[in-house]
Amino acid sequence: MEITKAETSSVASSAASRSNPKPKTTAAQDEEIRGAEVLIRALQAENVKFVWGYPGGAVLHIYDALFKQDSIQHILVRHEQAAVHAADGYARATGDVGVALVTSGPGVTNAVTGIATAYMDSIPMVIISGQVPTPAIGMDAFQECDAVGITRPVVKHNFLVKDARLLADTIKKAFHIARSGRPGPVVIDIPKDVSFKKVPFHGYPQTVSMRSYNPVRKGHGGQIRKALQLLMSAKRPYIYTGGGVLLSNASQELRQLVDLLGYPVTHTLMGLGAYPASDRKFLGMLGMHGTLEANSAMQHCDVLLAVGARFDDRVIGNPKHFAQNERKIIHIDIDPSSISKRVRVDIPIVGDVKDVLTELIAMIKEGALKPDAQALSDWWTTIEGWRQRDCLKYDRGASDVIKPQRVVETLWDMTKNDDVYITSDVGQHQMWAAQYYRFDQPRRWINSGGLGTMGVGIPYAMGIKLAKPDSEVFCVTGEGSVQMCIQELSTCLQYNTPIKIVSLNNRYLGMVRQWQEVEYEGRYSNSYMDALPNFVKLAEAYGHVGMLIERPQDVEPALREARKLKDRTVFMDFRTDPTENVFPMVRAGNGITEMLLSSEDL
Amino acid sequence: MKHIIAVLLENEAGALSRVVGLFSARGYNIESLTVAPTEDPSLSRMTIQTTGSDEIIEQITKHLNRLIEVVKVVDLTEGAYAERELMMVKVRAVGKEREEMKRMADIFRGRIIDVTEKSYTIELTGDQTKNDAFLNAIENGAILETVRTGASGIGRGERILRV
Repeated sequence: MEITKAETSSVASSAASRSNPKPKTTAAQDEEIRGAEVLIRALQAENVKFVWGYPGGAVLHIYDALFKQDSIQHILVRHEQAAVHAADGYARATGDVGVALVTSGPGVTNAVTGIATAYMDSIPMVIISGQVPTPAIGMDAFQECDAVGITRPVVKHNFLVKDARLLADTIKKAFHIARSGRPGPVVIDIPKDVSFKKVPFHGYPQTVSMRSYNPVRKGHGGQIRKALQLLMSAKRPYIYTGGGVLLSNASQELRQLVDLLGYPVTHTLMGLGAYPASDRKFLGMLGMHGTLEANSAMQHCDVLLAVGARFDDRVIGNPKHFAQNERKIIHIDIDPSSISKRVRVDIPIVGDVKDVLTELIAMIKEGALKPDAQALSDWWTTIEGWRQRDCLKYDRGASDVIKPQRVVETLWDMTKNDDVYITSDVGQHQMWAAQYYRFDQPRRWINSGGLGTMGVGIPYAMGIKLAKPDSEVFCVTGEGSVQMCIQELSTCLQYNTPIKIVSLNNRYLGMVRQWQEVEYEGRYSNSYMDALPNFVKLAEAYGHVGMLIERPQDVEPALREARKLKDRTVFMDFRTDPTENVFPMVRAGNGITEMLLSSEDL
Repeated sequence: MKHIIAVLLENEAGALSRVVGLFSARGYNIESLTVAPTEDPSLSRMTIQTTGSDEIIEQITKHLNRLIEVVKVVDLTEGAYAERELMMVKVRAVGKEREEMKRMADIFRGRIIDVTEKSYTIELTGDQTKNDAFLNAIENGAILETVRTGASGIGRGERILRV
């Protein structure tokens, strides 16, 4: 719905004077600028370099203000979902707040999947949505939807700004909330008359104070001391960490702690890269598709240090089975509601992972307590026994068909010493990437863990490539997932973000097919993709390079050739073994040590 | 087990729906919920009556605290507290019922606040068990209409919830 500019300004000013009786400052003291301009200045003050978005009626004033400046680059995506994913990928790789801009109505509803994805993985983001003019709200206006209501369950917080004079403060709060405490996405809904209204601008606030929001940073000293004593008394200690370590930028501290103690360590899907995967102390990822050694150690340890992880269903399997073995649990997390949610914890420590680990390390160095060397040595012997089962083995020599694991392993082998980011979509390929690409650095493995959103791979990759133009960005995907945001190939061309797409094409929705094989006696209901596009031609149609790889011996040369095309986006269509499954696998409802190790266990 | 949780939150548009949304999204029960501004108009005070195991109640208080607009949360049932609910009941009152209804209202220390030839409207204040007892004490068919506010609670003595 459009209303004239004269109407919007008169309505907004009367509404503003009713709702906010602040004394008016004189024009001599303050510059009067439009709400849209306030937004731009706020984003500049927050040092925002990129905004991913898509214009529409309700955000036209904002787009006009964007046009008049050049410090913020706007990236025009092809679908709002991808705008949020790209900003999310950028945030995951850099640690900065990702920013997306969408219009009202369908702009917001399209963004919801992206917002929910970021929310589940606690990614700091600010999403700005246009709204119909304030007098039109509630009138079922054209492209109206209750953005604050629709996004409420999937945001850390959200705002509807009804008065342009509150914009600067609100944006300050939004960025503060998004990046502090347990991070998360924050939506700011801005009606069209608010972005049009001219208001006095006193500069962007330097500080923000909210009596209702004061996240803790420092952990409780007494609790940390207790944790230390328990850790040192352990016979079979284990360190289990999640995405919180990366979000808190605490990889260095974790490495120091693990090396100081010599204890085994595992990561969740979200935590990969925090501790170097190539080190012997790393037992691999744990959980539903975790390694035998990682899961067995989880089950049989006597003291578990959980750091920035949340014991979710994909990690501990059946909680009753998990509880069969007694163990003492120390849990460090910034969010109290993550502690004792699914599993009872003995020593909870609420605080920022980096702060708490720093304090813990200092106490270890100062104190006289040492790990029980004999017990630890026995524990490592047990672990090495599990490791010898080599649970990730597969037919590496297969010469008739490309094994998907082989593609990932080849990629890892070629790029392990390089500056590389790996994004993935969701499904079998995601698990193979997590299992076979050994991440040694934090924030290099970018995927949707909590929500499991198919379609994130390309937008994540293009978001990262923009932030890290000198790094190589690979998107490991499948022919199912990749089609969920394939339109972004167009964005990749427009903004020259050359990414390398490694599509493990098995002509099936592989993870669905695998479950149907295991749980539904092979009734493959709607998990087969008939009428797939010719991906080579599709890539070419978008102005990129397409490659079809059908033989195992062509895998490495193809990857090598694609890497040589530094300035081009390359779509590699690997035709992989359609019958391959992800192992190990813990069936739904089972305990984490009740694993299927190969198809012979089926 | 029944719990009464008192919440101080910013008196802002949408704050109530965040609380209600939290309960429905996570599958927690709300037996009753009352909310109104406090002596400081920027703050609202909410009383939520809920049921659940200790683990659930712990999660409820943690999640309430996690809401950005929530300033403080107290589970009143952890200590001594007073609980009151206002109930208004319209009852049939014809013939000899009129005497009986008047007497019942007196016994429960209720007040008749509206009278017609055929009905009384009785106001009662008390904890919920008392109001339940009143409803049980009069013949079901005589109740024409009931409205209850749900529980409001406050800690006893030195237990004070404020910013």
